[in-house]
Amino acid sequence: MKLLTHNMLTSHVKGVIKGYPLLIKATEVKMNEVEFNPQFVSRMIPKLEWSALVQAADELGQRQDLPSEVVPDYEKDEEFLKKVHRLLLEVEVIEGCLQCPESGREFPISRGIPNMLLSEDEA
Amino acid sequence: MVIWSPGGTLSQPLVSTRTCFESATKMATTNSRSCLQYLLHLAHDNLDFRLPEIKALLALRGKQFQPIENFKEKVRKTNSPFWCLGGLSEEDVRGIMARSVCAKSAFELWGHGHTHSELRTSLLNYPSENMSPFMEKHSTYRINVYTFNKTLEFADRIKKIDALDYLPFEGTVSLKSPQHVFCLLEDYGTDPNDIPDHPYYIYFGRWIGDGQRELIRSHSVKNRHFIGNTSMDAGLSFIMANHAKVKENDVVFDPFVGTGSLLVACSQFGAYVCGSDIDYNTIHGKGRSSRKNQKWRGPDENIRANLRQYGTEDMYLDVMVSDASKPVWREAALFDAIITDPPYGIRESTRRTGSHKDTTKPPDGFYVESHVPVSQAYHLSDIFTDLLNFSAHRLVMGGRLVYWLPVYRPDYSEEMVPLHPCLRLISNSEQTLSSHTSRRLISMEKIKEPEEQDSLALGADPSLSPYQGHNAFREKYFSGVNKRSGKEENKPEVNGE
Repeated sequence: MKLLTHNMLTSHVKGVIKGYPLLIKATEVKMNEVEFNPQFVSRMIPKLEWSALVQAADELGQRQDLPSEVVPDYEKDEEFLKKVHRLLLEVEVIEGCLQCPESGREFPISRGIPNMLLSEDEA
Repeated sequence: MVIWSPGGTLSQPLVSTRTCFESATKMATTNSRSCLQYLLHLAHDNLDFRLPEIKALLALRGKQFQPIENFKEKVRKTNSPFWCLGGLSEEDVRGIMARSVCAKSAFELWGHGHTHSELRTSLLNYPSENMSPFMEKHSTYRINVYTFNKTLEFADRIKKIDALDYLPFEGTVSLKSPQHVFCLLEDYGTDPNDIPDHPYYIYFGRWIGDGQRELIRSHSVKNRHFIGNTSMDAGLSFIMANHAKVKENDVVFDPFVGTGSLLVACSQFGAYVCGSDIDYNTIHGKGRSSRKNQKWRGPDENIRANLRQYGTEDMYLDVMVSDASKPVWREAALFDAIITDPPYGIRESTRRTGSHKDTTKPPDGFYVESHVPVSQAYHLSDIFTDLLNFSAHRLVMGGRLVYWLPVYRPDYSEEMVPLHPCLRLISNSEQTLSSHTSRRLISMEKIKEPEEQDSLALGADPSLSPYQGHNAFREKYFSGVNKRSGKEENKPEVNGE
């Protein structure tokens, strides 16, 4: 699971109000090289919940020197864009789980694929 | 130019101010070239899908579909493979050919007519300043002859080329690698059982480029690493991506992703792709193979491997095991396009998590970890309500939803196509499956942000009634099928396109 995806996911457990962002508990993380595409990263930045990205990066120990706020004029800041690119697309959670911050319900991630299915009584 | 809208999402206008300025300047300086006409030669299949594809590709460039005066009727009535368009630049035409799977070739139209005599008149009237850049003394050229719905002897082709000697070619003929290629195209109608002696219509033009039909062969499902019973054939996958106006750097989502055929096509056009499916085994690439001589799927059979096969693994975002009726995505303009082939309840069961009412037998579960605790039939009408609602909430403004709607032909009427106040219906193309069933590729575009009352209004939508009751379509599908093939137990031989 990539952090770009994680940024867009939310808990859908019945009755939960504050289900975003999902907490990440990773037991296996892989780095995977993906071609740097500055236009794509620039497009994604305004769609992101920045604080959730920072939190996820911290949880995985991958934050490095990512600022806690988006830098102004980021479209021209290649250094910054590369940092964001790395986090959004190159860090992959292979094994672990996503946890609903309110209910504590865990959604397993195996072979890089999250399983978001709820059981009948949770749905 | 970039527009900020409330909520911090980014929307991009189709035509930037820079492009407008450039074309205005171009038109002022090269006025005759901006009035050029172009001929598209389309492949004669997937007839219903062609116009929406070309329109969508034109829309990507901020252009309209403008058939030349006499040709409007032709396009609509006779299913002609030849479309003459105006209001475009050569760059526009090249842009369309770089994406179209329905168009075979495109030409700069120099002349046309019902007879060779008319063609000649038309060509002699074509401004010579438009011809001369391609007729220069030291240039090389060749002329091709193409006859639609008729085979011509080699000798006859040569005769037709020779009959064009009134054209002021000054260069030399080179068959191998000419700088300029021209084409004489003859239309002998669309009835293979009634081929006239003389063509109904003739065109002559300068070849600009070919479409992407090669993708149909190169991406054939026959050779794909990971397939399933319902993998979409390559041609239709690319057509769907075009109907959805997918472009570079888009984010595309498929909520019934299966084996990822649609994601393969979208990634080819530069989009970043993600998908989900309720079936754990398909998402993980496990279980029985869909190939005739293979029992189990191998380790390299999964959606990501398919993208890797075609060199687009970098466009892979994620796939998840998830129930499309219970979305796990934030309500924000996340996706530029949603493209999908929902289950019809025939070859793959329609399922969702839920309570005990209607337990369907799980697929021959070899992997006992059945990740769908209790399966409930997912009523077709609910699938579409949910899909349209999901799209209204998570598409960017102007983004498209493209999906297949199964149809029982004897009952079909346009009112059955599901609607949503936030989505405008763009096109509806039919693919016949049998005498009494077909599926329709529906394309919708988000035109407004959803409000509270929009979701509530959907529940009472009468257009969804034909799909009420989970077996509605399934029953009708099987009612006309004879006993032998009634149950689709056998693995279908993959026959691609």
